[in-house]
Amino acid sequence: MTAEQVWAAFEEIPDPEIPVVSLVDLGVIRSVDVHDGHVRVEFTPTFLGCPALEVMKRALEESVRGLGAEPQVQVVNDDSWGTDKITPEGREKLRAAGFAPPAPRLVQLQSQVHRCPYCGSTETKLENLFGPTPCRSLRYCTSCRQPFEQFKTI
Amino acid sequence: MNAQLLLGLADDELVIGWRDSEWTGIAPMLEEDVAFSSIAQNEIGHARAVYELLTDDADTLAFDRPPDEYRCAPLVELHLLDWAHTIARRWLYEVADEIRITALMADVPVAAKINREEAYHRMHAEMWRVRLRGEPRFQEAVRELWPYALGVLEPGQRAELAARVGLDEVEAVERGTHDDSFTALHEEMTIVRRSAPAGAQW
Repeated sequence: MTAEQVWAAFEEIPDPEIPVVSLVDLGVIRSVDVHDGHVRVEFTPTFLGCPALEVMKRALEESVRGLGAEPQVQVVNDDSWGTDKITPEGREKLRAAGFAPPAPRLVQLQSQVHRCPYCGSTETKLENLFGPTPCRSLRYCTSCRQPFEQFKTI
Repeated sequence: MNAQLLLGLADDELVIGWRDSEWTGIAPMLEEDVAFSSIAQNEIGHARAVYELLTDDADTLAFDRPPDEYRCAPLVELHLLDWAHTIARRWLYEVADEIRITALMADVPVAAKINREEAYHRMHAEMWRVRLRGEPRFQEAVRELWPYALGVLEPGQRAELAARVGLDEVEAVERGTHDDSFTALHEEMTIVRRSAPAGAQW
């Protein structure tokens, strides 16, 4: 078994709360090491209080077992994950599903422009900094009159 | 790293998370039900991450101690019954917490991660502070909670808090004592753990 095969299997694991993106799209898998039938995975949480964390960890373990190897999934609580780790493919999948992808962190710090994922307008306003999960805010587009969820930049 | 300092931080985050969650369902507007629930969830997640720096099993540390072994600051324990005090506490706590978390970032990797998430708590608190700052009830609540807010920080960090908040330093309400409302909260917080020591299943 190769690390590439493991990565390919992980691309099939959906995010438990936003299933249009995979855990690979989300950028939460930091490393995969294959050694003698053992697969060591380093995995970073998105938000520390995210209840999907355990579900993701179990899904990674099951995926490795499905390949016939023994998993060792290490949760790394450092600062290595931010929304800039979401892949370009992941961002496009979010947008297509009606979630405004997070602005790059550097851009977000300098401007407060948020684009509607439906019509592309920047005429949007904040409804609530918080939403149904820790990673989302609620906004409203005044151009197409559509509420939408904004993935927070962190 | 000073274990007592980290334990105090984790206990603060756990207890303010519980207190904030008390608004779920009864906040003045639906948006705040959502905001307080989400903030509470983040704070409890931060507590878990910091407990895990001190132990392999965060639940043991979070729920198996007697009340007098908790190191949380009296500010976070207060059982507040009105919105003015609740917002005053959120704002004072977030300003103090930013000072303490950013000071830890060089030595504790997870502090930087916590700091990214807290940015949204600060925006929320600041939005409400601006909205209520002309209200006498809010001003009175800030004055009343100010000695408690100072007690969140180590003495060396209090001058910075005073400068940011714009109030003079006074005698702080220090960590180390708990009032009756904490005993009641501790009872509630630990009830599932005590009734199912092997771990509850849903």
